[in-house]
Amino acid sequence: MAELRKARIATASLAGCFGCHMAILDIDERLMELMKLVEVDRSPLTDIKRFTKRCDIGIIEGGCCNEENVHVLRDFRRNCDVLISIGQCAIMGGLPAMRNAIMHSDAPLRECLEEAYITGRYIRNTTHDIPNDPALPLLLDEVYPCSDVVEIDYQIPGCAPTGDVIYETLAGLLAGKFHGFDRMHIKFD
Amino acid sequence: MTDQDITFTIDGVAITAKPGQTIMEAADDAGVYIPRLCDHEGLRHQGGCRVCTVKANGRSVAACTQPAAPGQTVENETPHINKLRRDLVEMLFHEGNHLCPICEASGNCELQAMAYRLEMGEPTKFPYLEPSRALDASHHDIALDTNRCISCGRCIRASKDVDGKGVFGYVGRGIHRRVAVNGEDLAHTDADASDHAMSDEVCPVGCIIRKRVGFATPIGEREFDKGLIGYEIEGKRRG
Repeated sequence: MAELRKARIATASLAGCFGCHMAILDIDERLMELMKLVEVDRSPLTDIKRFTKRCDIGIIEGGCCNEENVHVLRDFRRNCDVLISIGQCAIMGGLPAMRNAIMHSDAPLRECLEEAYITGRYIRNTTHDIPNDPALPLLLDEVYPCSDVVEIDYQIPGCAPTGDVIYETLAGLLAGKFHGFDRMHIKFD
Repeated sequence: MTDQDITFTIDGVAITAKPGQTIMEAADDAGVYIPRLCDHEGLRHQGGCRVCTVKANGRSVAACTQPAAPGQTVENETPHINKLRRDLVEMLFHEGNHLCPICEASGNCELQAMAYRLEMGEPTKFPYLEPSRALDASHHDIALDTNRCISCGRCIRASKDVDGKGVFGYVGRGIHRRVAVNGEDLAHTDADASDHAMSDEVCPVGCIIRKRVGFATPIGEREFDKGLIGYEIEGKRRG
């Protein structure tokens, strides 16, 4: 007989704004119901930095803009049975992905960094350097949606998704009854 | 109903069409919604986007251009057809730069609303092309963000046929076909904010933007927050 235990959930924020993690907290008092069914392993909410056990559900906010994001995402794929992209950044790159195409440049990353640190009109950067400390994760040439890096099982659209949609998705998955969203609840904004 | 009227069925529902009506025109009158993007009331039909594809007697046709025929059996809302439509809409999302969270049209956008209606919510299988496209803010009252253009050509037809101007036109061929302005930039055309082509309803996405009116209606209280796209047409049938 299978061991009766709480489902384990892990979460991470990659190239996101933490808005989707705030939206997870918008589940409000139903968090109490949810916590009867799950325990939270690796997550900024618990401040656990590494997986302690294999998890049933991994929730990823944000796309991949640097090598550390890719490393974390692959670690989640290895350690989670079901992986969910939450929010537009994880699904399609979102706002960080504006640096891919909207800069109208042959070297969009360089142009983005130069404007942010050197040439921007409101910048006061006395060293005139783009930060390149070896401790900083290396930026990728582009911002990638999670599904470009690993296989993603489900996605919860929104910027950010509502607490209701997140709760319904998680409750549905935990009960084995998730069959997509009510069309009126799908929002990309 | 007159002697010349045509009767046919859409998904088993009996529809009456006047002679010369297209499948979509007859469906709209009867309160049956067929999804569409490049077609717009009052403009010439184009049959370009193919989102209105239906099966008429088993053949795939564009409902906006196909004339209704007597006794025809039309399939509209089937899982197979909606899958094809969803793929078309998804490819439009991947072909341009459609960042809903930063777009002024979000909530009023027909492309976005069509994605909601067709339940575009699965992890993607198409690559994002992320083209580099220009922003034209030269005009005093109107800005063009061509990142969001889906080349439906509604502005072209509205400008030519309704306004009698020809501000917009197609350039290029195949996947390179784009909507362009007839001049150096929009300020060098005879475009005016009062043109039908520049009105809120003609551009289905957030490409043609009226300056100084953005976010007058907040996100969450916009056109497609009231209901799925097509709710007005479907409402006719429910009475």
